[in-house]
Amino acid sequence: MLYFTRWKAAAVVITALVVCMFAVPNFLPESVLASMPKWAQRHIVLGLDLQGGSHILLEVDTNAVKKDKLEATRDDVRRVLRDARIGYVGLVVRGNSVEVRIREDARLEQALTKLRELSVPLGGILGGTGQRSLDITSDGNLIRLTVGPDAILERVRQSVEQSIQIIERRVNELGTVEPLIQRQGTDRILVQVPGLQDPTRLKELLGKTAKLDFRMVDTGNSVEEATKGRVPPEDDLLYSASAPKQPYLIEKRVVVSGADLTDAQPGFDQRTSEPIVSFRFNNSGSIKFARATQENVGKPFAIVLDNEVISAPVIREPITGGSGQISGSFTVQSANDLAILLRAGALPAPLTIIEERTVGPGLGADSISKGKISSYVGAAMVIIFMLVTYGLFGLFANIAVTINVAMIFGILSLLGATLTLPGIAGIVLTVGIAVDSNVLIYERIREEVRGGRSAINAIDAGFSRALSTILDSNITTFIAAAVLFYIGTGPVRGFAVTLGIGIVTTVFTAFTVTRLIVASWVRWRRPQHVPI
Amino acid sequence: MRLLRIVPDDTKFDFMRFRRISFPLSAVLSILAISLYFFHGLNFGIDFKGGTLMEVRATSGAADLAKMRSTIAGLGLGEAQLQQFGGPSEVLIRLAEQPGGDAAQQQAVTKVKAALGTGVEYRRVEVVGPRVSGELLSYGVVGLMLAILSILVYLWFRFEWQFALGAMIANVHDLVLTIGFMSITQIDFDLTSIAALLTILGYSLNDTVVIYDRIREMLRRYKKMPMADMLNASVNSTLSRSVITHVTVSLALLALLLFGGAAIHSFTATMMFGVVLVGTYTSVFIAAPILIYLGVGTGRDALTSPASAASSDPDAIPAKFADETPAEPAEKAPAKKPVAKASKPKGRR
Repeated sequence: MLYFTRWKAAAVVITALVVCMFAVPNFLPESVLASMPKWAQRHIVLGLDLQGGSHILLEVDTNAVKKDKLEATRDDVRRVLRDARIGYVGLVVRGNSVEVRIREDARLEQALTKLRELSVPLGGILGGTGQRSLDITSDGNLIRLTVGPDAILERVRQSVEQSIQIIERRVNELGTVEPLIQRQGTDRILVQVPGLQDPTRLKELLGKTAKLDFRMVDTGNSVEEATKGRVPPEDDLLYSASAPKQPYLIEKRVVVSGADLTDAQPGFDQRTSEPIVSFRFNNSGSIKFARATQENVGKPFAIVLDNEVISAPVIREPITGGSGQISGSFTVQSANDLAILLRAGALPAPLTIIEERTVGPGLGADSISKGKISSYVGAAMVIIFMLVTYGLFGLFANIAVTINVAMIFGILSLLGATLTLPGIAGIVLTVGIAVDSNVLIYERIREEVRGGRSAINAIDAGFSRALSTILDSNITTFIAAAVLFYIGTGPVRGFAVTLGIGIVTTVFTAFTVTRLIVASWVRWRRPQHVPI
Repeated sequence: MRLLRIVPDDTKFDFMRFRRISFPLSAVLSILAISLYFFHGLNFGIDFKGGTLMEVRATSGAADLAKMRSTIAGLGLGEAQLQQFGGPSEVLIRLAEQPGGDAAQQQAVTKVKAALGTGVEYRRVEVVGPRVSGELLSYGVVGLMLAILSILVYLWFRFEWQFALGAMIANVHDLVLTIGFMSITQIDFDLTSIAALLTILGYSLNDTVVIYDRIREMLRRYKKMPMADMLNASVNSTLSRSVITHVTVSLALLALLLFGGAAIHSFTATMMFGVVLVGTYTSVFIAAPILIYLGVGTGRDALTSPASAASSDPDAIPAKFADETPAEPAEKAPAKKPVAKASKPKGRR
């Protein structure tokens, strides 16, 4: 066990050195780091609990997706039957289905054929299974179009994809460094933004659907009647966004939607110098808007954002230029945010924040300093204890532990892993447990010496017996760390990472570094007895 | 230099006889811990219960806890707990889960922020909705089970099944006692507690495996030694290592406990209890003696064939047992130590 060939010794030293070298970029100033090649820049990322930041888990509202899908199907049915001039009654959404009754039995077949065109094969991973978006059945003159669970799942999946792109655009506008936006499960999106002072604005940007519509105000019916519960079927009763909440009766029909916007910028009104948002329509939007404003001069139209009326100006003249502006008690900040939201586009479905963890930068800095102090104190106590207990061999153990910790940092950097406060605790614990491998070896050597072996013989036997124990005992802890990595998130996962890496480096140093140090000492001093 | 010896060489404690005390003691403590869990309960943190946690710091001077308490009580957000956390200017606010789903939790945060105004800095805000908390809890429980199971399988492969079972009983006992500790102290039970439990599981198994490794080695070498003596010898010969290792781990944990700050306080306190107090006791007084009951080494007295004895590595016999003739009847008094008092070369200068 104590014999190393020259090549083996060199391999051990080089491996340890190279792994330790990877830790170096963490201690270099930013300016030096930037001048180095990309591969050498890899360094440890501080977790959100150490550098401050927000972890927000969003969930797509599956019910809203389902409701949208059913309502869209109902509108499709109405359009198809009207276009084919087929008479119908009782078009409703019931449960997961849209139901409609065809007036004339003779036209039932024709209606079915037309409606079947609405059902398309499901794409994505479900493609090829023969599943279709709608399941169409008829019962007498009643036709039922059912939206299956797979079709809804597919819609949810698409919504998540679209939402991720839109959120990326929105978050990038905040100008933060390295935001992380990724899908979790089928209907969730994880957003992690480091180094944010206050997440309120981020949450506002994430929480808004930003569905913008230009719709006509219904002036033919009474708003008072509507507030008492008699809302005309073709209208919605909506309220103004700014206090006092003012009721409006708005036509359901959308003149131009936010999807037709090409640009939106915050600005100031030239006359009143109030903050405004100016926008441009694309070609088809311009045409639609021009036509609507030509037909409705003198009538009010409404700009509706997420079912709230932002403003309802009266059309003074046809707007044909394809651009306009929205005013409505904005602050500079809210005008700016609305412009961001309009540029990024509307979310396909509302998102709900189901988990939020925000750490302020002050607490993060405190945690770093506390982590540092406790690591130094813990390491110092362990090092002194080892020196007192094992003397020279204690020094060997301390050298091995120092190399061990440097290697942990090296591997963490190489992986670009995230260091969290529990992760620091994991490193401190590794220091405590790493010396255990030395303790196992040394105690075994003591035993062998008591058993009457010569010094070199005892050291050799001590190593060979202890190493199998070290392996066994560390694998059990490693299993625990692996499970922890699998189930944990954020800080807990950080703990699992450092603990797991710590175990690997501990076993490595015990098998090679410690052995090499002791072997070199034995060769150099040819000891007659073991000083432990 | 005279080196420190915490445990003297060649201790001969009769650990196995203590099992008549340690087993009933552990049984009583385990039952106590389980009933504590059911009747006293764990203090579930927001990870598993849902709700809101806010750590705030007054921007100038000490925080007026009473005033903050009445301010928040006036918001109608149900049960709210406020406590000093760390320094005098820091306050931890806990709100129970609000009825009305995920959006209601966020509204509660907005309300508290509006009520407390600009006099405080928000150091940490955590909001866990009802669905996420349920998932985190089941993930945690599944994780613990998975860890126990996979370690069981590993030990079964590496040792005989009796060892695997013995280690598992011993370490579930550790977890049960630690949960009892969490119940008494009412430490926040959250995701980091699950991490602490898993680490305790790993470390105390680590300790058990070291002893089992030695027992296995001894089993191969001394075919004739009575089981109880052999277990005693194994525990005694690894005792020094167990103590020294636990001192180093305790030193590391102590540093974390004293200087690691409030954020990981409950984590380190739990680990301290589990790893240092329970883990050590369990490996010595439960994990080793339980092997007698699980039938390890039964029928070993019948093993007289010299061929099987020769199959083990003869070189591996430590000299202190070498002059012990294995010809004595195996039924000798268990109190008699199988340790020769032969001359020992001292390992010190």
